[in-house]
Amino acid sequence: MSDAEIKRAVAAIPVPEFAEQFFVRPPKLSDCTVAIVTTAGLHHHGHDAFTARDTSYRMLDGERRDIRMGHWSPNFDRVGFSNDYNVVYPVDRLRELAAAGVIGRVAPRHVSFTGNQDETMTALRLDSGPAAAEELRCDGIDVIVLTPV
Amino acid sequence: MCTLAHVFEGLGFATVVLASIREQAERMFAPRTLFCDFPLGRPLGRPSDPLFQTSVLQAGLALLEHESGPVFVDYPEVLTDEGSEQISCTLPPRSNPAELAAVDEATAIRRAYERTVSSNGGRTNFGRVLTLEQVPEAIRALDRIATGTPWKEAGLPADPAQLSIDLRTYYCEAAVSLPGSTVDPTRSGWALERWFLEHTEGGKLLMRARESMKDAGASFAVWFYMAPLDQTTPAPPAS
Repeated sequence: MSDAEIKRAVAAIPVPEFAEQFFVRPPKLSDCTVAIVTTAGLHHHGHDAFTARDTSYRMLDGERRDIRMGHWSPNFDRVGFSNDYNVVYPVDRLRELAAAGVIGRVAPRHVSFTGNQDETMTALRLDSGPAAAEELRCDGIDVIVLTPV
Repeated sequence: MCTLAHVFEGLGFATVVLASIREQAERMFAPRTLFCDFPLGRPLGRPSDPLFQTSVLQAGLALLEHESGPVFVDYPEVLTDEGSEQISCTLPPRSNPAELAAVDEATAIRRAYERTVSSNGGRTNFGRVLTLEQVPEAIRALDRIATGTPWKEAGLPADPAQLSIDLRTYYCEAAVSLPGSTVDPTRSGWALERWFLEHTEGGKLLMRARESMKDAGASFAVWFYMAPLDQTTPAPPAS
């Protein structure tokens, strides 16, 4: 059992194709507000748990540290996350970068989806993805760092 | 992950993906990808290593300086987890011979689990579907499945896959604080998983129950996700 075996087994999984290629030029990084979007299925206490193939998302309060992982897949390590959530959700690291003036501001809220979706990902592309984007727009986000598990 | 990068970039945000699987990420053409050849589940690389995590984050944010894309860059350091580390920790001896071995074991490691949670500032990843009080009940249900009871009639307190992740997490978090433990949670990923499935009564029982469900014709989605996808060999016998 090893990480390499798992990666080999999923390497050829079909992926969606995109007709258009967008590329946004952000403001100067030291002026940017940065949010995390993860597909680790993270949520707070009191949130609904993620279900299998769940296409919805949870807003994560940047001040809260009661962070649980609700991803369904058994095919990745959870020991590291149990020890330090920053290895998936680097919210403390972003704070330090903001304090050092590297980035402008850390988002007040972040977003979690869960991975292991169907191969078309239609709901994420047309429904829940744009809905989460609208919430981030309300918070004045410029840059998004995306983390998987 | 890369799908969401396309979605958010198309809606006006600048995105940076920290990708873990090269073959998938290369085919997705996300606007900016930092390929981090780290173990799955650890996209920032090393737990409890702020300097390393910051280095990864800054390497990702540096991709924002590119004037056009898509951009695909490798983070220069590779981290591997071959699961070959030897885990050493002492499981408690039987305290109640009349009880199922796995129930006896799971009950006996509870204090170790609680010590780990305490040392993590009260955080745990156990508890998605089970409470601590339900652990023995879950194990007894797995034993009934392993000995021939159809899984839907075995009294599982939760979905088999979710329950399995909880049980695995309970044991792995306990292992950190068991007597004589050499477990380093910042390094021991798959080795700890292997320890659970191959060396604990709870893990071996879980694999026997999974095998029974498979043999009894349970649907693939029900039994398969009870263990990592490379676990296709027959379950080890009970000791």
